[in-house]
Amino acid sequence: MNERVIEINNLGKQYRLGQVGSTTLGDDLKRWWYSLRGKEDPFLKIGEENDRTKKGESDFVWAVKNINFNVDKGDVLGIIGKNGAGKSTLLKILSRTTSPTVGEYKIKGRVASLLEVGTGFHPDLTGRENVFLNGAILGMTKNEIKRNFDEIVSFSGVERYIDTPVKRYSSGMYVRLAFAVAAHLEPEILIVDEVLAVGDAEFRKKCLGKMSEVSKFGRTVLFVSHELSAISSICNKGLLLKNGRIESEGLITKVLNDYMSGTNSKNPSLSWEEKDRPGDEHVKLNSIRVLNMSNILTNTFYLGEDLKVEIDYEVISSDNLRVNPGISIYTATEQLVTVSLPNKSEIKTNKGFHTATCYIKNSMLNEGIYNFRINAHTFYPTILHFDLKDIVTIEIIEKQVDDRTTDYKDKLLGIIRPEFEWKIN
Amino acid sequence: MEQDKNTWDIVVRPKSNLYNLNLKELMRYKDLILLLVKRDIVAVYKQTVLGPLWMIVQPIFTTLVYLFTFSATAKISTDGIPPILFYLMGLTFWNYFSDSLLKTSNTFIANASVFGKVYFPRLVMPISVVISNLVKLFLQCLLLTLVYLYYLFTSNDVQFNFYAIIYIPLAVLFLGIFSLSLGVVFSAFTTKYRDLTFLLGFAVQLLMFGSCIVLPASIYGEKILSILMFNPIVPIIEAVKYFLTGHGLFSPFHLMFAFVTIILTFVIGVMVFNKTEKTFIDTV
Repeated sequence: MNERVIEINNLGKQYRLGQVGSTTLGDDLKRWWYSLRGKEDPFLKIGEENDRTKKGESDFVWAVKNINFNVDKGDVLGIIGKNGAGKSTLLKILSRTTSPTVGEYKIKGRVASLLEVGTGFHPDLTGRENVFLNGAILGMTKNEIKRNFDEIVSFSGVERYIDTPVKRYSSGMYVRLAFAVAAHLEPEILIVDEVLAVGDAEFRKKCLGKMSEVSKFGRTVLFVSHELSAISSICNKGLLLKNGRIESEGLITKVLNDYMSGTNSKNPSLSWEEKDRPGDEHVKLNSIRVLNMSNILTNTFYLGEDLKVEIDYEVISSDNLRVNPGISIYTATEQLVTVSLPNKSEIKTNKGFHTATCYIKNSMLNEGIYNFRINAHTFYPTILHFDLKDIVTIEIIEKQVDDRTTDYKDKLLGIIRPEFEWKIN
Repeated sequence: MEQDKNTWDIVVRPKSNLYNLNLKELMRYKDLILLLVKRDIVAVYKQTVLGPLWMIVQPIFTTLVYLFTFSATAKISTDGIPPILFYLMGLTFWNYFSDSLLKTSNTFIANASVFGKVYFPRLVMPISVVISNLVKLFLQCLLLTLVYLYYLFTSNDVQFNFYAIIYIPLAVLFLGIFSLSLGVVFSAFTTKYRDLTFLLGFAVQLLMFGSCIVLPASIYGEKILSILMFNPIVPIIEAVKYFLTGHGLFSPFHLMFAFVTIILTFVIGVMVFNKTEKTFIDTV
């Protein structure tokens, strides 16, 4: 059984909305008066769920509430959720930059948090001086930094400028150096918040590699990112937050699927009222349907099963535009799988209602969740009439794993599952 | 799953012990304190020709300004101490105190971006400020020593008392603790009420005139002076003057009172700081 390194009990954090300022003096006095009489803080009783889209009644909001979870040693936990779901607040509490309003948590081992790279970098100091300063801020001792110094510099790839003040660095070099320091931290628990959003592709790959390497040494990583492909490639566990509460936790694939199905339409048929139809002055979208070959609306398909997508649209303009409906398929981690457009002989240019039916045969899609992006273009001249991302979600499932003819019965990774034939002589 | 309750390294709850200095943790970050001190000293003087020499040039200029305004023009007495020595001595110790106070009082606001991203004992910052001012004080004391030795050998008004060697480090220590504690209290309140930053600027200026730095103790009447002596800085700096020159007020009672006040301020300061440091990032 794995050793537990983080235990979180009923954690919550309340924030006051609006201006923090002169008016709080009154609240402070009230709080103080209540605590003096040994009563509970009166402001803790109120407060609403954290939903940024709705206008609340109270000025107090729970950024996160009722958070209970445990993390085992060696886990790489990906924390996902929409903007404002409480991910960063949770990381802030766990990295001890702020304290919870209620609840408690326990941690075993040294924690290093990387909520930002280059924290404490001083522009006037040289790269070398900043490596030491930043390393110390992140919790390393001077000797640890000295020992790793050459490695840090070569990882960052800015050897040449190491004795130049960092204010002369390009922003890429700055981030590279900053991440290099952070990457050489040797804590038992590493907390990382979307720091990979910067740097070039090569460097990002390097960073991700470093992070999964870290976990191989039995260290624990907590990782927040909107980049689902990064999450799915390095995390083994997941935590989905919604409005400050835990919506789903467990294996990363399960959590990612929950996330995708939560954010996307499960409905295989979508239609719009006359007045809210997506589109421009030339073309309007009426409805979209996903069906199987027996014309039944569904969004669950078996591996290798054919399916069809019907797009109803209306051409309003009489300019004889060559309107091309199009479908793109994305994985749950937002990687593009493929794009498809109709043959030119199929294009209708006349005014009126049309239904485009796209038969997807031998899709080769592996089991999992896929999102359809549906749009309509005119190419000469270029006009984008409408473009709806993640508008329909389908799930591909394997009919019966036991029917599989291989010895291996677990999930086969990958985006596609073409038919292969093996011969071993 | 069996869990031994004692094996957790960090347990965080909303409220913690008010008086929890956690010296062990602070010691673990001693490298950070040293690096921050180095940063404070090195970074300020980057791209200057004189570099850290500015630390010495500053008190010289200020002394000259006071010399012309208060001594030469306004003819305000310096209690028998040669004016240059009087101002330089007062300023050297006063600047140490006021610079530390003003900078530590800004701890949370100035470091909000760092504090918001990384945890380390928050006390590291104000401590490093006081230590870098200590380094500055040391350099300025070299200048003061030169000037002092000149007057010691040329003027009959300056008499060295052997106790100065013991007393001055003690005075420096207590001035440092006092500025740290006051600064820390102010830093805790300024996170919420920014008004205090403005007030403190004036208060420190006013305090300088109430600390016998530019105006000698003799300029005040008996009555006012008896009140001023309860300002912890007055007996401390007056005693420095007394031990170094033979002029100045040396009052063991007021000195003891000052030391006790400073220790109390320190206790309160740490308490207030501990209470604020955990959540200040939400209000700053």
